[in-house]
Amino acid sequence: MRKLILCLAGLMMVGPALAAGGGDVVLKHKDWSFSGPFGSFDQAAMQRGFQAYVEVCSGCHSLDYVSFRNLADLGYNEAEIKAIAAQYEVEDGPNDDGDMFMRAALPADRFPAPYPNKNAARAANNGAYPPDLSLIAKARANGPDYLYSLLTSYVDAPGDKEVPDGMYYNSAYSGHLIAMPQPLYGDDVTYADGADSSVEAISADLVSFFAWTAEPALEKRKRTGVAVVAFLLILSAMSFGAMRFIWADVKK
Amino acid sequence: MSASKFSNPVVRWIDHRLPIFSFLEHEANEYPTPKNLNYFWNFGSLAGISLVIMIVTGITLAMSYTAHVDYAFESVERIMRDVNHGWLLRYIHMNGASFFFIVVFIHIFRGLYYGSYKAPRELLWMLGVVILLLMMATAFMGYVLPWGQMSFWGATVITNLFSAIPFVGESIVTWLWGGFSVDNPTLNRFFALHYLMPFLIVGVVILHLVALHRFGSNNPLGIDTRGPQDTLPFHPYYTIKDFFGLSVFLTFLAAAVFFFPNFLGHPDNYIPADPLQTPAHIVPEWYFLPFYAILRAVPDKLGGVLAMFGAIAILFVLPWLDRSPVRSARFRPLFKIFFWILVIDCIVLGYVGAKPAEGMYLLVGRVATVWYFVHFLAILPLLSVIETPRPLPQSISTPVFGGGGGLAGAVAAPKEKL
Repeated sequence: MRKLILCLAGLMMVGPALAAGGGDVVLKHKDWSFSGPFGSFDQAAMQRGFQAYVEVCSGCHSLDYVSFRNLADLGYNEAEIKAIAAQYEVEDGPNDDGDMFMRAALPADRFPAPYPNKNAARAANNGAYPPDLSLIAKARANGPDYLYSLLTSYVDAPGDKEVPDGMYYNSAYSGHLIAMPQPLYGDDVTYADGADSSVEAISADLVSFFAWTAEPALEKRKRTGVAVVAFLLILSAMSFGAMRFIWADVKK
Repeated sequence: MSASKFSNPVVRWIDHRLPIFSFLEHEANEYPTPKNLNYFWNFGSLAGISLVIMIVTGITLAMSYTAHVDYAFESVERIMRDVNHGWLLRYIHMNGASFFFIVVFIHIFRGLYYGSYKAPRELLWMLGVVILLLMMATAFMGYVLPWGQMSFWGATVITNLFSAIPFVGESIVTWLWGGFSVDNPTLNRFFALHYLMPFLIVGVVILHLVALHRFGSNNPLGIDTRGPQDTLPFHPYYTIKDFFGLSVFLTFLAAAVFFFPNFLGHPDNYIPADPLQTPAHIVPEWYFLPFYAILRAVPDKLGGVLAMFGAIAILFVLPWLDRSPVRSARFRPLFKIFFWILVIDCIVLGYVGAKPAEGMYLLVGRVATVWYFVHFLAILPLLSVIETPRPLPQSISTPVFGGGGGLAGAVAAPKEKL
């Protein structure tokens, strides 16, 4: 009957297997600091990724579920967060006259979207909608590896591949034709800490940042998990001992 | 109902008027339980605890959830980000659903293997099938609530199944939706029903327990208990064993919740629902995959729907399909083989359900579907007639085989009675 457990465990594997989707791409794998049961975020990489998001991605991609106050997770202090927020304008109101007005963003505000609505975003991008990036690392199979591969796989199309106008060739994208033009060419941002700004390095920084925007509680979750699982293992061992003790007088 | 068994005067006073302590004493403390239950008998109590975990986390999540197409997805993200430990509640609820199904599937296959559905436990079994159906409906509607892409398209595909009903199908689908597509009224009613149905499950679980306590648990030998030498009081023997099982179960659940919370989910459900954009592959949650495979194996829509529901309906009449008087597969050599073939068949169905319905997968799915029904409708009735069971022991505490079969001599020496 032990087989039964194995079989059901096997059944569980089926679900995610299908999520891998189009089998025409092979993703580049990296050992991310946040993967594994003891994983944690790399604050320096996240700050660099945040800078790259602001300077490169945010022109087209929104970050709807992230507030400026959340940037504390990246290691910014309150004054820095206020200063970052103040660079953005958000609509507020209505005021006492009933008018909407623009004001500088506060830490409690969310990142303003680059377009007022989906249609405006499509109109500005050749009909393609640049998806919100808050959850992108969880909304794609093998999210971190997928994003890294996508950002670093803009290559010349093979001779026999027709690339229509407004489309771009990307060897990590299912079907290889993507509406997003190549976003990174290397040295797209100048990091204050002098870190590497090659396409690969910026891409990895962005992945670190988006892993956090998708799952801000990841570090806390894993830290709690280690304690909880350790406790439950001890509890299991102790209750096993108690069971053996209680059952000791039972004749089989 | 003698109140005198309690020394505490307050307890005695209450129990004389409301015999709740006598009831607990009788059903939990003294309740005679076969002494040879193996770990597969842990899964009943684990299922009950899973239900409690789901209700507790579910009610807490409902406090921060908004059932509206414009806000549902965002409110879930709010829970994940801004509600204190909201991520923990949601991940427990999400993974708890999967673990609930794992536990219940093991519980069901345990019943199949040891013949727990046979007389006098037919109604106990049938109530269990009702619980399974209610669970499936609850889980399906719960998956719609986050209003991601798979929520929306899963709801669209499954509700559309009812359009296969002749003549009134389309009207029924419109009635289910509360409109002409899956939209806000659908989400609202699914939330209402998702909140209601767990309590219906609690009700049926109580009936399930009442029916269980009428004759007590079946056991790995599948023979009736013959007296106190075959049984143990439920407490402390099985309370501690269930507690140990619970600790192990929670360890697995915690590992999933804290380290692989999205392993069993689909990434598309982190994309907000978009009625204008169909995902490449619409797949249900893993626990529905075998049924999904049966649905798609039949080329006709109505036929597929009937086959899918039939796959569960057939369990209702199982006690009358398998007429063998021997319960446990331990003493049924042929049944045992076919049991494992059925397990493999169900896993194959689950695998095929996850794949696109084309080519080899479709063929395998069809063979597996046919086998599923052949197993219940032909093989089990046939085995009841042609199979010669091995001799049964006389009682749980005396492993002496009755019936005088050749095998009996091999295990002769009877141990002392308890």
